[in-house]
Amino acid sequence: MTSVMDQTSSPAPVPSNELLEDLVGVSGRRRTKNAVMTGLMFASVAIIAIVLGFVLVTVISKGWGIVHTKFPHWFTDDIPPTARRVGPGMKAAIVGTIVTTLTATVIAVPLGIAGAVYLNEYGKRNVFARLLRFLTGVMAGVPSIVMGLFIYVFWVLPRHQEGLTGLAGAFALACLMLPIVVRATEEMLKLVPQNLRDASYALGATRSRTTLTVVIPKASAGIISGCLLAVARASGETAPLIFTVSVGASAVHKTNWNVFSGPNTALSLQIYANAKETLASAQDRGWGAALTLIALAFLFTLVARVMSARLSKKTQ
Amino acid sequence: MTLTINDLKSKKQYADKSFSVIVLLGGTTILVILAVIAYTITNRSTDAFRIAGFKFFTGQKFVPNGTPPALGILKYIFGTALTSLIAIVLAVPISLGLALYTTQVAPQWLKKPLVALTDLVAVVPSVVFGLWGIIYLAPKITTLYKHISDLCDGVPVLGSIFGKVGSGRSFMTAGLILAVMITPIITSIAREVIETCPQTDRDGALALGATRWEMITGAVMPHSIGGIVGAIMLGLGRAMGETIAVALVIGSSAAITSNLFSSGDSLPAVIALQWGEANATAKSALIAMGLTLFVMTLVVNFAATAIVTRSTKRMQGAA
Repeated sequence: MTSVMDQTSSPAPVPSNELLEDLVGVSGRRRTKNAVMTGLMFASVAIIAIVLGFVLVTVISKGWGIVHTKFPHWFTDDIPPTARRVGPGMKAAIVGTIVTTLTATVIAVPLGIAGAVYLNEYGKRNVFARLLRFLTGVMAGVPSIVMGLFIYVFWVLPRHQEGLTGLAGAFALACLMLPIVVRATEEMLKLVPQNLRDASYALGATRSRTTLTVVIPKASAGIISGCLLAVARASGETAPLIFTVSVGASAVHKTNWNVFSGPNTALSLQIYANAKETLASAQDRGWGAALTLIALAFLFTLVARVMSARLSKKTQ
Repeated sequence: MTLTINDLKSKKQYADKSFSVIVLLGGTTILVILAVIAYTITNRSTDAFRIAGFKFFTGQKFVPNGTPPALGILKYIFGTALTSLIAIVLAVPISLGLALYTTQVAPQWLKKPLVALTDLVAVVPSVVFGLWGIIYLAPKITTLYKHISDLCDGVPVLGSIFGKVGSGRSFMTAGLILAVMITPIITSIAREVIETCPQTDRDGALALGATRWEMITGAVMPHSIGGIVGAIMLGLGRAMGETIAVALVIGSSAAITSNLFSSGDSLPAVIALQWGEANATAKSALIAMGLTLFVMTLVVNFAATAIVTRSTKRMQGAA
């Protein structure tokens, strides 16, 4: 979301580093302090880069083995029913992640875009729109586990065992995605120049037609990239799924394409379940699932970045 | 069938009207969902509150299947507060350093990669950090903990903060992982706030002979401090609600202690870990914990949103 905004705002000119460092007449103490502080700022960049590098290298080196041995069995076999059994098979979780995330997207994106259109094109600065904008921020801050509990109480509980489905998980993920989609879309709609709307009105178009055929198409690349970031975020969530898709994190081993009936599983749930195991065979599958999930999330993010880069090039 | 101009007009108006109703409904879902969350969760928590009364928040024992059941969550609230505090203490300097380096120091070509680096940390799912924390980090970091513990042994305050080292799954490890996870949130908001600082203010400071650091403390920070405080509070809200990574590395043994190297438990971690074996009373208690967490994060986020909104308004006025 933020990166999209950064790329569309024009960069401010920066005084060159040489100029700053060559300041004459600056006392040694001030100069030292400046140097030390600059060093500390650089150190924080280094720390984050090193930590991220460590995590990625560990996940790739430990996960690659199980993913590529007996390729493509990792993607085509169901998960072994006992933790002790060595070897690949993560299809059930890959399918589960894809169908729940996809269903969540189908629910959250139209609602979120409609909400953002209301905020930016209809409500604007009125009291209700301002309240909704505030609540969007509040909703974005609701812990994901609370969303899971909410869907459990609201949807799963009245249906007992039959309530535990991919759909319930998708509801919880959709609740998490909704505020992200609303915010990202509103930011993009804000960037559409007012004179485009005026031109459309001058041609006799109604407000709805202007919104649907002028404003949204103009902002579409940005909206799609915002939605993809929300999808990337949702696909990695674990806490909301614990209560909604199956009885325990490791209860489901068989692939279930049907979101509407039967319990399901997800990559994140498998990572969680296997991380608690002490057996190397289970931990291996955990690393493999982590690698698959990260690859999936990065893919979404990469597509989002490319799209927003193309958008900013087009509008400049 | 022929259509007159008036027919077309009314049809058009009808479509226009229904579209505005649809988008209004889309916006209202947020309000409705938040209201339903508050209602359903409160409703399900009443059993636990009826059994425990106010002792729910002050009791230190949590044995939901005992007779009578003991439902006290003080230890978990403590764990949530302590891990979030560690995370904030560690993440704030790093996030500010990252945001300031990206906006004030880094050459133009490096800015985009730095933004991408921060965003990349945000993309890594929390459960992956948890997996890394429990299998890789926790066993290795105990040696470092032991060194620190030995160094501080006997020193009055430090000795009790950095005390006996257990398995490596501890408040400290949870705090470390949380710090990494909230850094991108604080950084990206702080960066946006800092970037709104007018170029003229910065040029003015430099023209008066300030070094870059003096320019940052004299011109950039006073301008951005409100937004940065808001950013930190949003990070705090996220740290309090983070579940899976903490559940894996905190060690799951409730304790109120000043020793950061001892294992503990936090509200969301308990909810996730005990859910599977929970009976009806326990489920009600766990949902009541969820409600407590919801209210805690709500307060923090209300404050944060208010601060950020107010300071952006003031900055827009200044620019």
